[in-house]
Amino acid sequence: MDAVSLIGAFSVLGACLCMGIGSIGSAVGEGNVAASALQAMAQQPDEASRIRSTMFVAIAMVETTALYALLIAFLVLYANPFWNYAVAQVQ
Amino acid sequence: MSVFESDFSRWWDIPLAGRQIGLDSYDKIILFKIGDVGINVTIFNSWLVIALIILCCRLATRNLSYERKASKLQVALEGIVLWLQKEANEISGSKTNQYLGLAMGLFCFILVCNILTIIPWFRAPTASISTTMGLAAVVFLAIPYFSIKNAGLKGYLKKFIDPIPLMLPMNIFSEFFSSFAMGLRLFGNMLSGVMFVSILSAFIPLIAPLSMQSLGLLTGSIQAYIFALLAVVYSSSVQEKIEPENNFVNLDKGEK
Repeated sequence: MDAVSLIGAFSVLGACLCMGIGSIGSAVGEGNVAASALQAMAQQPDEASRIRSTMFVAIAMVETTALYALLIAFLVLYANPFWNYAVAQVQ
Repeated sequence: MSVFESDFSRWWDIPLAGRQIGLDSYDKIILFKIGDVGINVTIFNSWLVIALIILCCRLATRNLSYERKASKLQVALEGIVLWLQKEANEISGSKTNQYLGLAMGLFCFILVCNILTIIPWFRAPTASISTTMGLAAVVFLAIPYFSIKNAGLKGYLKKFIDPIPLMLPMNIFSEFFSSFAMGLRLFGNMLSGVMFVSILSAFIPLIAPLSMQSLGLLTGSIQAYIFALLAVVYSSSVQEKIEPENNFVNLDKGEK
């Protein structure tokens, strides 16, 4: 395997690691938000609509961390700023 | 030609199942030119969406009536406006409907953009980072506007040294990034939907992408709602509050 393919393979590996590790915390956080909201809705069914709207906003805030990881993964895959430099160094 | 034989630095240009994927691919498809300015597919589709919204609003408000002969379109739009009015007033804590225009504009534009993706060959303008950053810039300007309007310039500047003056750099940082993150969130959600459908339809072209596309519709609607509500939340973060401490001070003085 030549050097350019190696760089490409490690870019893909980096993107996968970024997405996989980055989404752990966000998934746990969203689960916590949803669990608390369900509990609150079960205790106070009258307030369900207000709790639901606040829950959506909170979930969106929590989800942002995973989306940053996603964007960095896209950046590494499709618009890697160090790509040309790395290829020039190799050749 | 396999992916690995091509020039790696440009492999976001490889069409996958008829769609080009990538961070900025929608901005690179030039439809036609006006003079020297190339009109790309993002701008053109934004114009389509804006024209559609204006047309719907014109049709709905042409024959306004209070009675039973109100048109179905009018009733539908009234439902949306009243619902968003309730939500915006609830979450901002003000009764004056001042955030309704901002929230309604953002919500309608993003919702129509995201829902029109069910039409084949329509590329949602919100899946391009230039559109979402433009919308985030609107929110970025709306935050000081509403803050100064509600609490005055002093109240707005007081937000930056809120707990202690040491937090000034962090507060300035968060002022920029709260709206920046809104743009990134919408872009990430829409782009991930588009890319997932593209990649899935390269493997299983027929039925399987449908389920992901319908999930994309749900995500798009929720994102429109969240974008509008977060704009209201950030804009109403500085408001004139009735300070409870003054009452206690007066009580103390009265006792002495």
